[in-house]
Amino acid sequence: MSFLHRHPRLRLAALLSAPLLWLVVAYLGALAVLLVSAFWTVNGFTGEMVRTFSLANFRTILTEQVYRNVTLRSLGVAASVTVICVLLAVPMAFFMAKVARPRSRHWLVIAILTPLWASYLVKAYAWRVLLANGGPIESVFGATPGYGLFATILVLSYLWLPYMILPIYAGLERLPDSLLEASGDLGARAGRTFRSVVLPMLIPSVFAGSIFTFSLSLGDYITVQIVGGKSQLIGNLVYANIGAANNLPFAAAIATVPVLIMVIYLVAVRRSGALEEL
Amino acid sequence: MTLSGSARWALRLFMAVGLTFIYVPLLLVLVNSFNGDRTFAWPPRDLTTRWWSAAWENEGARQALLTSVQAGLAATAIALVLGTLVAFAVQRFAFFGRDTLSLLIVLPIALPGIVTGIALDSAWRSVMGDLGIGKGLFSVVVGHATFCVVTVYNNVLARLRRTGTNLEDASADLGASGFQTFRYVTFPLIRSALLAGGLLAFALSFDEIIVTTFTAGPGVTTLPIWIFNNLFRPNQAPVVNVVAAVLIVLSVVPVWLAQRLAGPEAGASRT
Repeated sequence: MSFLHRHPRLRLAALLSAPLLWLVVAYLGALAVLLVSAFWTVNGFTGEMVRTFSLANFRTILTEQVYRNVTLRSLGVAASVTVICVLLAVPMAFFMAKVARPRSRHWLVIAILTPLWASYLVKAYAWRVLLANGGPIESVFGATPGYGLFATILVLSYLWLPYMILPIYAGLERLPDSLLEASGDLGARAGRTFRSVVLPMLIPSVFAGSIFTFSLSLGDYITVQIVGGKSQLIGNLVYANIGAANNLPFAAAIATVPVLIMVIYLVAVRRSGALEEL
Repeated sequence: MTLSGSARWALRLFMAVGLTFIYVPLLLVLVNSFNGDRTFAWPPRDLTTRWWSAAWENEGARQALLTSVQAGLAATAIALVLGTLVAFAVQRFAFFGRDTLSLLIVLPIALPGIVTGIALDSAWRSVMGDLGIGKGLFSVVVGHATFCVVTVYNNVLARLRRTGTNLEDASADLGASGFQTFRYVTFPLIRSALLAGGLLAFALSFDEIIVTTFTAGPGVTTLPIWIFNNLFRPNQAPVVNVVAAVLIVLSVVPVWLAQRLAGPEAGASRT
């Protein structure tokens, strides 16, 4: 111990060697192999991987209509889910942070948090039952949207809504009430105060929440299978190419699409200060 | 700002509708676990506890639960060790690549699960496969631990930032050895952070399906995989529904624990 105490560098090495071995060698190594294998191909006859550099996979993704359609559809789903979550989360978070009494505020936060601990699969399953033909939605409202793209957007919004509410709530809680009062004293009505004072200060929180809703929706392929009917998103293509088609290089090439989109998105929202809100 | 009475009521109504939207599907699962009808005809005509006993006797579900608990405990144990080590290194030392390291820890959870899944799968097949170690429960634990490290790391790091090193310095000045300082000063300080981080890690592992799909060997079925496999089989529906109901009821436990530990913020750092 005293030997270690006198040699801080050794102490640091002792602390870091195991985690670094795990994260850098095992995880980053795996990611690197995946990235490299996206440039490999699979021999159509033998099913063996051909480990020579080729852009064939990316050429297919860029030129074939079906991949462009699926990418655009996935983007559309992720964007719709994000917009729906913002529209639902802002009024709810505003009520929690500024209208509710401090005592009930505490319980409201718990009420929003608790469903996060319930299994993702269970929640998607619950919606499968709700939306089924002859299910509760049909017997209460007389009709059900059924399984499909709309149901996918609905269920994904349901799943990720708390991830949007919590950062917005945190942002609103930091917003001093005195600012709102000052705006009111200067003659602004509630709507004007909301537009000119609250909203601009909420932007980083909204972007922080959108990183979750957008990225989680973009990579999802389980919910689509449960409530999406025959719809396909990027995740389904990756999954199908690993499983049935046994074409890992092509799956890796498709998987780079959501990663690329997320990197672009992260760089775009970084300027708003959203990353510090996570 | 001064909201008019009607605006307040509108917001209150919106909140109520939002909470209804969040909770109705979960309540439905609970009610349906007692629905006597095999296809969950709505509204339920007769109530029964027969699905609960059927689920209790379902060998597959019990086995899957056991596998999930084993994987969760093992992954949590690894995450606790690795996460704490990195948190100490990042908080107590300045070294080259420190910022990159803290980004690297978040990466497994920030990237889409399917990317982490196929990366680990292909690496396992090409490296461990050559060593003769096939995929099994161990590969699931490795996959889960990789993304669980971040929860422990975040909790311990926040605690270390808050407590500083004064107490440890005092302990050393009073003649305590490095081990004694850790045993009697540092560990008690970070104990509740470890508990909160471990709880989150276990919950993440217990709920995980995507990475598990890609890392599980043949015959290794965790509870989420079991649910997913049985989701599309109509005659299994009542049993699946009971398992789902149990998981919903169990989800209250960590929230309750986090409340007792540290107030609502503890549960807020789920990601």
